[in-house]
Amino acid sequence: MNVELLWWEGCPSTERALTAVREALTDLGLANVDVRMREIRGDDDARETGFVGSPTILIDGVDLVPAAADEQIGLSCRVYRRRDGRVSPIPDPDDLREALRSAAERAEVTR
Amino acid sequence: MSLSIGQVAPDFSLLDTEGRKWSVAGYDGAPATVVVFTCNHCPYALAWHDRIVDVAREYQSRGVRVLAVNSNDADRYPRDSFDAMKDRVAKEDWPMPYLHDATQEVARAYGAKVTPDVFVLDAEDRLRYRGAPDADYDNPGERAEWLREALDAVLDGSILERPETKPVGCSIKWKA
Repeated sequence: MNVELLWWEGCPSTERALTAVREALTDLGLANVDVRMREIRGDDDARETGFVGSPTILIDGVDLVPAAADEQIGLSCRVYRRRDGRVSPIPDPDDLREALRSAAERAEVTR
Repeated sequence: MSLSIGQVAPDFSLLDTEGRKWSVAGYDGAPATVVVFTCNHCPYALAWHDRIVDVAREYQSRGVRVLAVNSNDADRYPRDSFDAMKDRVAKEDWPMPYLHDATQEVARAYGAKVTPDVFVLDAEDRLRYRGAPDADYDNPGERAEWLREALDAVLDGSILERPETKPVGCSIKWKA
């Protein structure tokens, strides 16, 4: 499984997001999975990667929370919704765990 | 450069979403003014918004004014355009004016860095508190306690033990 965290320096949520990803991986017994960090440095970089905000977490290349069609590509902090409806700069830990679990199961099936 | 604690805050003249003009100076009788730099698209500003709204409502009867200012570059961030600000205020119930700092001069004059960035001024428009609304954007139970502490100290004339905290949020989106 490939886990990639796309981040931009204008957002203070990178460390928190990384911790959340690592905790979710550990909970699922996947602590050995590496989290690749990729900095988005400018508008060109954002356009090339379709970056809709920091942090964006890709699991096997797929956005953990698919961006809405009208989501603006560019350097900004991403708005997530917790399961209880609260706004958050990082994904809900349950969404994170669920996406990682699904990816791990898919990887198991295709092995 | 940022405004320092004790300094008189720079005055400004900004329009709100209803087209009314607002300034800091010239409001005799307001015991405290909160200037909060905020925006439409930042998760930190959005997460803290309801708590700031609660403070604005609860302290209104004590004469406190809360002025929300959006300074982001709307060309690069259309969600922070004046029209988007108007839409938001029309959809939500704001107890405070939402001001448009189109030139970003106000944000620069205050040294605002992120959204939200809170500045509490006393009756003489001197800066008494600058920083985050409270310790944790993720915990509504914090109730913007740092902001409330600052306002209570200003209103009671007592010494503020925590005049500065680190503002946490999205960087203000400056024009190129």
